Amino acid sequence: MAARALALGAGSVLALAVLAPLGAVIWRAEGVAALRAADLAALRFTLWQALLSALASCLLAVPVARALARRRFAGRGALVALMGAPFILPVIVAILGLLAVFGQNGVLSRVSLALGGPRLDIYGLHGVVLAHVFFNLPLAVRMLLQGWLAVPAERYRLAATLRLSARARFRVLDAPVIRAVLPGAFAVIFVICLSSFAVALTLGGGPRATTVELAIYQAMRFDFDLGRAAALGLVQLSLALGAGALALWLSRGAGFGAGLDRTTPRHEPPARLDTLWIALAALFLMLPLGMVVARGLPGLMSIGADTWRAAGHSLLVALGSTLLCLAWALPLSTPRGAWAGLAAIALSPLVLGTGLFLMLRPFVNPFAWALPVTGFVNALMALPFVLRILTPEAQTIRQDFGRLRATYGLTGRAWLLNVFLPRLRRPLGFAAGLTAALAMGDLGVIALFADPDRATLPLQVYRLMGSYQMEAAAGAALLLMALSLGLFWLCDRGGRVDVGA
Amino acid sequence: MLELDRVRVTRDGFSLGADMQLRRGQRVAVLGASGAGKSTLLDVVAGFQPVAAGRVLWDEADLTRHPPQDRPVAMLFQDQNLFPHLSVDRNLALALRPDGGRLSAPQQQARAQALARVGLEGLGGRKPGSLSGGQQARAALARVLLQARPVLALDEPFGALGPALKAEMLALVAEVAAELDALVLLVTHAPEDARAFATDVMLVADGQTHPPRATRAFFADPPAAFRRYAGDA
Repeated sequence: MAARALALGAGSVLALAVLAPLGAVIWRAEGVAALRAADLAALRFTLWQALLSALASCLLAVPVARALARRRFAGRGALVALMGAPFILPVIVAILGLLAVFGQNGVLSRVSLALGGPRLDIYGLHGVVLAHVFFNLPLAVRMLLQGWLAVPAERYRLAATLRLSARARFRVLDAPVIRAVLPGAFAVIFVICLSSFAVALTLGGGPRATTVELAIYQAMRFDFDLGRAAALGLVQLSLALGAGALALWLSRGAGFGAGLDRTTPRHEPPARLDTLWIALAALFLMLPLGMVVARGLPGLMSIGADTWRAAGHSLLVALGSTLLCLAWALPLSTPRGAWAGLAAIALSPLVLGTGLFLMLRPFVNPFAWALPVTGFVNALMALPFVLRILTPEAQTIRQDFGRLRATYGLTGRAWLLNVFLPRLRRPLGFAAGLTAALAMGDLGVIALFADPDRATLPLQVYRLMGSYQMEAAAGAALLLMALSLGLFWLCDRGGRVDVGA
Repeated sequence: MLELDRVRVTRDGFSLGADMQLRRGQRVAVLGASGAGKSTLLDVVAGFQPVAAGRVLWDEADLTRHPPQDRPVAMLFQDQNLFPHLSVDRNLALALRPDGGRLSAPQQQARAQALARVGLEGLGGRKPGSLSGGQQARAALARVLLQARPVLALDEPFGALGPALKAEMLALVAEVAAELDALVLLVTHAPEDARAFATDVMLVADGQTHPPRATRAFFADPPAAFRRYAGDA
């Protein structure tokens, strides 16, 4: 069958796209001998900050998710939707927002100074962990919320009939949900934080707060020590593979959390602390974003030609990335194909970038290829998510209409254009929006490759920050946020309008 | 001529045999209890069910290994006989051009005629979901009419319709089949459908397909397996 040949082809290209750069890294790596003491410190720091970030995200998520599961209030839907936003929010934008709140000149510092306290310092381990919690607390909350909403309403009725004490309720009703969901959430967040680059780049750095990903970047950009970069890549790869396997094993069955916009009646007295938790979480998420807007608006006037050019580059990268990712994902949107996509999940963009750099260097100037490589790597990074979104619906379409297709005798092309793609529109739009927003906001591999002529918008924001043009940076960050969320909205919306029957 | 040559199907513990020859122009009702294998038999003919042994032939050509789209069979299922997100017109266009291409002027005319033939003039722009159950069945028949295959396999397609509407549809099927000079295989569990519609009746029971007999003769002297299934009908 043509479809199978296509899937096989896409799978092979995927394998090649992953394995060839890895092969280049392994071949070039000069073994552990190339590693310095600083690199071992980076390894320790990577593990330590990932552990702390995952722990903090998970522990804080429990009261927040429990409060959201049992309280109904105006704006609850909006708050739950907001919990999905950090996933598509460019890291550099969130960093600027966090700096505006927790930084040396941030809101909290000013409050503290006014009260005679010290200035806050966000740089270092605690800053890295703070940013990771900002990104991953919502993820853990959504996972837990889904677990709680899966508890049948009858159980709450039964608990009410039995007049269980608050303690007993927790043991019987809540503890099993936490036990079932939290290990998976912990593992997923741990893995995400292991390959943290942009956060460490902006809030970490220095010998005491460098992740392995950041060390790869520094070895490449500052020391131009390709052997050491490759050796570090090998370290990162083994880290991610080991932790990724653990996460997969722990997070079986965790989905994307559709339909969180409801509550199960729990028949219990409201806990007063719930309100506090919800308010704190909302504030923690919304304040930085609000600051990005507040500080960005005046900066919009001072957006220079460089920034506009970078925005154009980013749009191109996002577009290319999205098209490539979807073209890859469609033939692989089968249960077996999903396994192929999993291969990409443990990959670190910096390792992949290093490998591609090594592969390109003998033939072309790698810096000239910064934008295509960024688009390519981002397509690869988004693929596992896209497959997870598309595959269930794609399978349903094949099952529901396979026989009808056969009795019509539709050709592959006619099937694709008339049935498969139109019926897949909704998840396709969502997946496209996700990929576009991720590619738009990515600050990873581009940092490895870029020269002044080929910046993307996130890199441009980072450069403006680095040269202390804070107002211009704030304006560019607001532009970046608007473009990322706008692209997501546009694609997602495009999949929803006029969908009949 | 459709020939099932010592066909045997096995599927998780279930086994069904069939050995018979059917001609164009015959309208054969396939009767039997639920789970007896009526639909399986249709699937064998249409190519959805691989056989464990035997051959399926059409005019002496061996179809046994052919996929459904390469067989001279048009099928109507119990539901979902049209793509629900496409207009009736688009559905019928795909029946004429399975490659999705544009219809020629004569093809467009044929489509309009088919719609008129089943009594749906002017409704081609509607989506199946906005039609009544009877209109949906008519639209599906228009599809079969345009596909113009010599075998029509009907797997209880009118089960959801009321008795009067169902009788009307079966009469329409008979007309359509006559125009195409097609062989019709109609799966049903209602003996009155068979009486009203079929030239022949075929009983599926006890893992075996009984060869078809003329409808009147069948009901005059039904086999013991049919009496057990139908009670004293």
